Amino acid sequence: MLSLTIDGNKVEAEAGWSLLDTARQNGIEIPTLCYHEAVEPFGACRLCVVELRQGNNSRLVASCVYPAEQGLDVYTASEKVNNVRRWILEMLLSECPASSEIREMAAQYGVQTTRFEISDPEQECILCGLCVRACAQVVGANAISTVGRGAQKEIGSPYLTPGDDCVACGTCVTVCPTGAMSARFERVRGVPSVVMARSVKR
Amino acid sequence: MQATAKDTAELRLGSLEELEKLRGELRAAEDPNHTRIIVCHGTGCIANGSAGVTEALKAALAAAGEDIAVMPGIKTTGCHGFCSRGPLVIIKPKNIFYQQVKPGDAEEIVQKTIKAGEMVESLLYEHPQTGEKIETTEDIPFYAGQQRVVLANIGQIDPTKIDDALRAGAYAGAAKALTNMEPKQVIEAVINSGLRGRGGAGFPTGIKWNLAAKHEGGQKYVLCNADEGDPGAFMDRSVMEGDPHAVVEGMIIGGYAIGADTGYVYVRAEYPLAIKHLEKALRDARAYGLLGENILGSGFNFDIRINRGAGAFVCGEETALMRSVEGKVGEPVPRPPYPSDKGLFGKPSVLNNVETWANVSRILDKGADWFAGLGTEKSKGTKVFALVGKVNNVGLVEVPMGIKLREIVMEIGGGVPGSDHFKAVQTGGPSGGCLPWQDADLPVDFDSLIAAGSMMGSGGMIVMDDRDCMVDVAKYFLGFLEEESCGKCFPCRLGVPRLRETLNRFSKGQGTVEDIDDLYSLAEAIKAGSLCALGGTAPNAVLSTLRYFRDEYETHILEHRCPAGVCKDLITYSIDPEVCTGCRACARACPQNAITGEKKKPHTIDESLCIRCGMCFESCKFGAVQVQ
Amino acid sequence: MAQTAIDIDIDEIIERYPGKPEYLIFLLQDIQAAFNYISSEALTLVCDHTGVPESQAYAVATFYNSFSLEPKGENLIHVCLGTACHLKGSGLIAENLMRRLGLDGPGTTEDLKYTVETVNCLGACALAPVAVVNGQYQPKVTSPKLMKTVQKLGDE
Repeated sequence: MLSLTIDGNKVEAEAGWSLLDTARQNGIEIPTLCYHEAVEPFGACRLCVVELRQGNNSRLVASCVYPAEQGLDVYTASEKVNNVRRWILEMLLSECPASSEIREMAAQYGVQTTRFEISDPEQECILCGLCVRACAQVVGANAISTVGRGAQKEIGSPYLTPGDDCVACGTCVTVCPTGAMSARFERVRGVPSVVMARSVKR
Repeated sequence: MQATAKDTAELRLGSLEELEKLRGELRAAEDPNHTRIIVCHGTGCIANGSAGVTEALKAALAAAGEDIAVMPGIKTTGCHGFCSRGPLVIIKPKNIFYQQVKPGDAEEIVQKTIKAGEMVESLLYEHPQTGEKIETTEDIPFYAGQQRVVLANIGQIDPTKIDDALRAGAYAGAAKALTNMEPKQVIEAVINSGLRGRGGAGFPTGIKWNLAAKHEGGQKYVLCNADEGDPGAFMDRSVMEGDPHAVVEGMIIGGYAIGADTGYVYVRAEYPLAIKHLEKALRDARAYGLLGENILGSGFNFDIRINRGAGAFVCGEETALMRSVEGKVGEPVPRPPYPSDKGLFGKPSVLNNVETWANVSRILDKGADWFAGLGTEKSKGTKVFALVGKVNNVGLVEVPMGIKLREIVMEIGGGVPGSDHFKAVQTGGPSGGCLPWQDADLPVDFDSLIAAGSMMGSGGMIVMDDRDCMVDVAKYFLGFLEEESCGKCFPCRLGVPRLRETLNRFSKGQGTVEDIDDLYSLAEAIKAGSLCALGGTAPNAVLSTLRYFRDEYETHILEHRCPAGVCKDLITYSIDPEVCTGCRACARACPQNAITGEKKKPHTIDESLCIRCGMCFESCKFGAVQVQ
Repeated sequence: MAQTAIDIDIDEIIERYPGKPEYLIFLLQDIQAAFNYISSEALTLVCDHTGVPESQAYAVATFYNSFSLEPKGENLIHVCLGTACHLKGSGLIAENLMRRLGLDGPGTTEDLKYTVETVNCLGACALAPVAVVNGQYQPKVTSPKLMKTVQKLGDE
C-alpha cells in the first residue's frame, strides 16, 4: 500500500492506481469528461486536473493518468485547479452550447454564461474521444476516428460517410457523456439496407 | 534507396587504427596551402543563384586553363551563415570573402584573384559604419564575434563527401567512445560536459541518457528531432545540410551509451536538401563500416533510418514525434510514463535534437572539460541562432552561451536598418516571448531567458523594429498555434483560439482593459492545464508582450490606434501629393479601383473603398503611399 | 516533380515498404508525391497492406498538412508565413494572391490550375518574404511580382 495526502487528508492507494482511482476509492469527487472505466485513460479533457505540491513547487497533472506515488501531496479543488476547470467549462459553453450536461457541470463551478462567441448553437460534441476509444478498445470495430486536427477536429467514419466497419452495436452512443453521438450515429452506421448492398457488391 | 557503387565510398574500416590511418592519408593528400574556391550551396545561397556561380567559375577556370600554374579545386559546401549576403564565394587559403557574387563575376575572380592574386574590390564586404573594404572572413564583424563549435566544419567541408568530413575530424569522437570507453563512461562524459538539450527546454542530456540506460538489455532507441518547426529558425537545417556526419556520429555515440541498436531521424519534409545530404551520409558511413554491424571492430551494431515529417508542428513534441514515427496521428500522450521508460514502440528511448547530437560528437572528440569551459556556469557551450527579421546581417550565428543580446543583434547582426535600437527580439519560437530593448544587456542563456518571460527554444531570434506591432505579433503566434494544435486536450484546443479571438478584438480597437485581466487568467489556465508543452507555452507570446508592451495594447483599446501602423482596421493608406508622380502603378494594382487621378498628376485613395491590402504601397516606386 | 497517375503503378509504390503499420505515413507520402493526392482506392490498398484500420488511416491522412484527399492544381504555390516573412508582409501577399485567384483561403482553384498553400517557415528567412512556385524559390517577393509570375504560368 502507498500512502499519500489528498486535500490534507492521509489516504492509501494500491500500486497501479491512478490519482483519480485513489480519490474515488476514498470518496473524494473529481469531475471528468473523457474518462470511462471501460477504456484506457486519455488525459485530454483536463477537468480532472489536480495540483501536486512539493516545497515551493506546484504543478497540475491529469489525475486519470497520473499514478499514485508514495508521499504525494495532492489538492483536488485548489484555486489553481478550479481556475482551469472554470475556463474549460466556460469555453465548452460556447463550443457545445446544446449540451445540458455541460451546462449543469458549469453551473456547479459557478459558470452560468460564456464571454465567447458561439459558432454552432446545435453542437453537443465535446471531442472527448470516448466513442473512438470504445469502438477501438471495447468493440474492436475501429469504425470511427478523429478527423482533422486542432479547432477543425471532428468525430466520424472515413470520408464522413457510413462505412461497413460499423457493427451498429451502439457502444459509442452509450459512452458519450453529452448525447452527441446519438445524433450522428446514422452517419456512421448508415441505413442497414444500403450497407448490406454495398458489402455484397464488394 | 539502394546505393550505387559509383556515388558511394567503398571501404570497410575494421578498427580505430584503420580509421586513423585513412584520415592520415586523406590529410596528407591535400595541401592546406593549395588555392581552393569554395562556393556556398546552402538553401539561401542556392535560392539566390549560387549554382549558376559555381558553373560560371568552372567554365572560367577551364577557359583560363593553361595560364594557371596550379589549378584550384572548386568545393561546394553547406551554409556559411551570412545568408543576406549570398551567394558567397571564399578563396582559400587566405579566406578571401566575396559576397553577392553573380555568374558574371566569375571571369574577373579567375583572372584577378586566382591568376594575379589581386582583390576584386567590388565583391568585398564593406563595413557598414566605416565604409572600409574587408578582405577576409575573420575580419568581418559578423564572423569575428562568433565562436563556432557546432558549425565548425560547415562551410569548410563538402557535406556530400565523407572523406572531406573525415579530414576535418569526423567520427573521431565516436571511434574513441566505441573502442576506448564503457557506455557508462560515455554518459559520464556527457553529464560532466554540462550539455543541455538544444531543442527547447534545456534538460541535461547526460541525465536523460542515464534514465534510458538503466533499463538493462532489451530493445531501445535513439531519435533525432529534426522537425525544426519554429518559424524563423533554420539552425538544424543548416547543420544537416552542411555537416550531416556530425549528427550521425552523435547518434552512434548516444546509441552506444544507452544500448540502442537503431536510431531514427525525424526530419521536416520541407527540407529536401537536408534529407538528401543525410541519406548520402548514411550510405557512406555504412560503406565505411561506421554504421552497421560491429562498428570499427567494437562489437557494437547500430544503424539509422530517416522518417520524413508530414506537416505537423506538434510532432516536435517528443511523445507526438514518437507516435508519428510509429505511423500514427501525432498527438502527445501524458507523461509518465516517460519516453526513457516507454517511448518509441513502447521501448526505452532517447530523443535529442540535431544541434544536441552534433555537440555530442564534439564533446567526445575534444573532451567534457573543454566543453564545460565554454559558456556560463549553468549553460555550457555555444548556441546556434537564426538571426532574422529587421536586422542588417540576416543569417546563422553561433555564439558562446551568456553573450549579451545586444552583442548578437547590434554587433554580429550589424544592428537594425535605419535605427539605433531594436524594439523587441523574439526568441524561442511560438513557445517563447518578446524581449524589449531595455533587456539588451540580458545574458543569453537558458535560465536568464526564462526569467525574462521567454525561452531559448531551438534558436530562432527574430529582430523587430518600431514598424512591428506587438499585438499583431502575439496574434500571429496564436494563429500559428491554433493551426498547429493537435486538438487533443481541451485547454489548448479551446483556449488558444479564444486568446486569439480576444487579441483580434484588440487589433480592431475593440475590447476593454478588463479584457486584459481576463487574458491573464485564461493564459494561466492554459499554461497550467494543457497536456503538452505546445499548449503549456502557447500563452507566452501574449504574456511577454503584455509584460513589456502593455501600453501598446492600451493604445489599441483606448485610443483605437496602432502605433506601428500594422493592424489593418486601425490604419489608413494615403498618397503624398508632393511625391506622387502620377505614374498610375498604384491605380493599376488596386483590386478595388479605389485609386483615382489623372496621368502625371497626384492620385488619391477613396478610403471607403480601400480594403488595406497594401498593393498600392508595394507597387509605388517613389514611396508616395503612406500608412498611418 | 509529380508524375501523372498513368505513369505510375500504385502496386509498385505499395510494395516499396513492408506490410507494417509503421510504414503508413511513408506510403501516404509516396502516393501523395506520385499522384498529387490520396484517392480513397489508394487509401484502401495502403490499409490492406499495412493492416491499419481504415478509420485510423483516414485520421492520419487528415491530421497531417502535407496530405491531400483531393487532387491539387497543376501549379503549386507556397507562400511562407514564417515569422520573418510575416514581419515583411507575407500575410497580405498570400491574401492578395488568393483574392486574385478567387480563393477564400488556401486551396485549389475550380479549374484545377492553381493550388495556393501557406507554409509555416521554409527556413529561408534571409530571402523574406519568400514564395515557392512549382518548386522555384521566389526571394524577396511582392504581391505584384508574385501575381506576374503566377499570371505567366496561366498563359503557358
